[in-house]
Amino acid sequence: MKTIIKGGTVINGYGGNEKADILIDNGKIEAIEKKIESNDALIIDANGKYVLPGFVDMHTHLRQPGFEEKETIKTGTHAAVAGGYTTVACMPNTNPVIDNEVVVEYIKSIAKRDGYSKVIPIGSMTKGMMGEEISEMVKLKDAGIVALSDDGHPIMNAGLMKRIMIYGSMYDLLMITHCEDKMLSGEGVMNNGLISTMIGLRGIPHEAEEVMIARNIILAKSTGARLHIAHVSTKDSVELIRRAKADGVNITAEVTPHNLCLTEDIVDGFDTNTKAYPPLRTKEDVDALIEGLKDGTIDVIATDHAPHTKDDKKVPYEIAAFGISGIEIAFSVIYTYLVKNGLITLEDLVGYMSINPAKLLKTSYGVKVGNAADITVVDTNKEYTVNVDNFKSKGKNSPFNGKRLTGVVEYTLVDGKIIYKNNGKFEECNV
Amino acid sequence: MIKKDVLGIRDMSKEDLIEILDTAKEMKKIIEGEKISDILKGKTIITIFFEPSTRTRLSFEMAAKYLGAHFGNIETKTSSVVKGESLIDTVRTVERMKADVVIVRHNMSGAPHLMAKYLNASIINAGDGLNEHPTQALLDLMTIREKKESFKGLKVVIIGDIVHSRVARSNMWGLLKLGAEVRLAGPATLLPKTFEKLGAKVYYDIDKAIEDVDVVMGLRIQLERQKSGLFPSKDEFARYFGITSERMKLAKNNAILMHPGPINRNVEISSETANSGYSVIEEQVTNGVAVRMALLKLLCERRKNNENNY
Repeated sequence: MKTIIKGGTVINGYGGNEKADILIDNGKIEAIEKKIESNDALIIDANGKYVLPGFVDMHTHLRQPGFEEKETIKTGTHAAVAGGYTTVACMPNTNPVIDNEVVVEYIKSIAKRDGYSKVIPIGSMTKGMMGEEISEMVKLKDAGIVALSDDGHPIMNAGLMKRIMIYGSMYDLLMITHCEDKMLSGEGVMNNGLISTMIGLRGIPHEAEEVMIARNIILAKSTGARLHIAHVSTKDSVELIRRAKADGVNITAEVTPHNLCLTEDIVDGFDTNTKAYPPLRTKEDVDALIEGLKDGTIDVIATDHAPHTKDDKKVPYEIAAFGISGIEIAFSVIYTYLVKNGLITLEDLVGYMSINPAKLLKTSYGVKVGNAADITVVDTNKEYTVNVDNFKSKGKNSPFNGKRLTGVVEYTLVDGKIIYKNNGKFEECNV
Repeated sequence: MIKKDVLGIRDMSKEDLIEILDTAKEMKKIIEGEKISDILKGKTIITIFFEPSTRTRLSFEMAAKYLGAHFGNIETKTSSVVKGESLIDTVRTVERMKADVVIVRHNMSGAPHLMAKYLNASIINAGDGLNEHPTQALLDLMTIREKKESFKGLKVVIIGDIVHSRVARSNMWGLLKLGAEVRLAGPATLLPKTFEKLGAKVYYDIDKAIEDVDVVMGLRIQLERQKSGLFPSKDEFARYFGITSERMKLAKNNAILMHPGPINRNVEISSETANSGYSVIEEQVTNGVAVRMALLKLLCERRKNNENNY
């Protein structure tokens, strides 16, 4: 079955931004031309819309196996395609942890059976994420992982981290590090600062992140490892990464939509949907993060989609689960807060949300003849009000609930198949 | 008119505070007189304490009884995690018992706010984590008001473990709203400079902090903070941050000394100082009952007015 996406403005990820038709056959992009006609093709009318390479999320928590009450591969990837994502990389803090081939195979097989988007598992740096023994990285790589992470369980032992970097670098594995010095973050549950002082919640100081980033930069410099800093949230973190890049360290970094668009002020009132690690910081940090994106210090916008049940959040702030469910609105959030406000362009957005993460995960990228037809069609003229009850994700934990956003995902195609279509109610079609 | 719930002093207006303090003055006459009235006849007041307390809980109980209300108490002794998990269920149980006002103490900041979302009854926060202890602040304000002419320009110093103190926060909000100068003093590990952004003055030299003040307020120091490395020893704390008779001389001549109790004698306050003439610590206790009566009265009146609107 052939498909033609007609009349849209194609931002291809290689600098191109013009009106074109796209012919898709056998799941691949066959042609991109001014006008393509065919009698036997399914036509997607993209007039007045943008045609983008499908988004790639390099930081998603799919929760399966082990925490299916929070999310499953099925619901998580459903949410992903509703948000225009065609590939997600899932974090290893499942139960059992992704620290062996069997769990990688399990996730791949469930993703094949239930998944809406493509799924790339990320392996754990240590067995059981215990931060003690290094995991079987080579076996993991052969099973299909491209990156390792300590997400949620930062490795406090610097000697161990160094050995992980040395061993993993033999196979060019990307080291995604959750930078948090647990001794400094202590019992903190929100940013340490004005609001924590005001409302009596224990604070997580910005140094907790920076100390660990500095340590990992030093280790990456000496080992030559490919270091990727997950969810950067502070002004001085951006500066540390900027200097490391200038210094020739092999380092990249990501930032989440919520850390880019929200500040600690909304924690006043104790809404547990504002609780995340890293915590929402200050306006000064937000400005520095945007600046970091613009000058190339930060390479990727990653969702850190962290779904939780209502019960996980319907408790006092101190003991509520950390995390925000956000994959299905990430595009609209970034479009509304950054593109619409003239801080970045739509081409930049495509770079941060598709091209750069795809490169880091070593998958094909951009809208190009011969590539898999992983494509997202968006309408940047439409608006909607976020209603978490409509989320495909089981996680309804979003501080954006009720917010008016601009930019709607109209179609998501994975391997040329329309896997999601917005029918006005933000429902998928039955293709 | 005060809001449906009394969650903190920070979200009260100056007018609310004055109204409560004026009402408390009336209530004190009942305590000192007949000790019974029918102001809350047919009303149900329930206290839920997720953290041990004797004086605050008893003070609420007496307040409810002096006003002729039905009174009940739930005591929950559980681990901190279980506490949180059962919170909503506990609230629902209380709702079924037709409570009009529910008084909550919890070791976690914001717990009463969470309960208020799920409850039609009015909530009074009897202390939540590090956040607020509004009734303690109200009784402190009432005590100050009885002793001093006006809050305007009054210099008040609060000394001790400020960052972990809900009493300090509530008093700071209340005093600032009423026009007093609020000084905070304590070791830097227990008193971040950030408090200056909230309108208070921060001192690390207690002698300077106490100079020329009208009111000296001590706070209970939790001795387990020493284990967390926040201060080295109670002796060092007592020597450099303790309230002594010598230091009281630096304050104004007619300065008063307050403390929310219970006191660690010879740590935050030297024993002789606590018992001396400028101490109003025992009067604070009576006023505690009066302000709690005032809140119960005002909340129940508000509920009645709202019913009439429908």
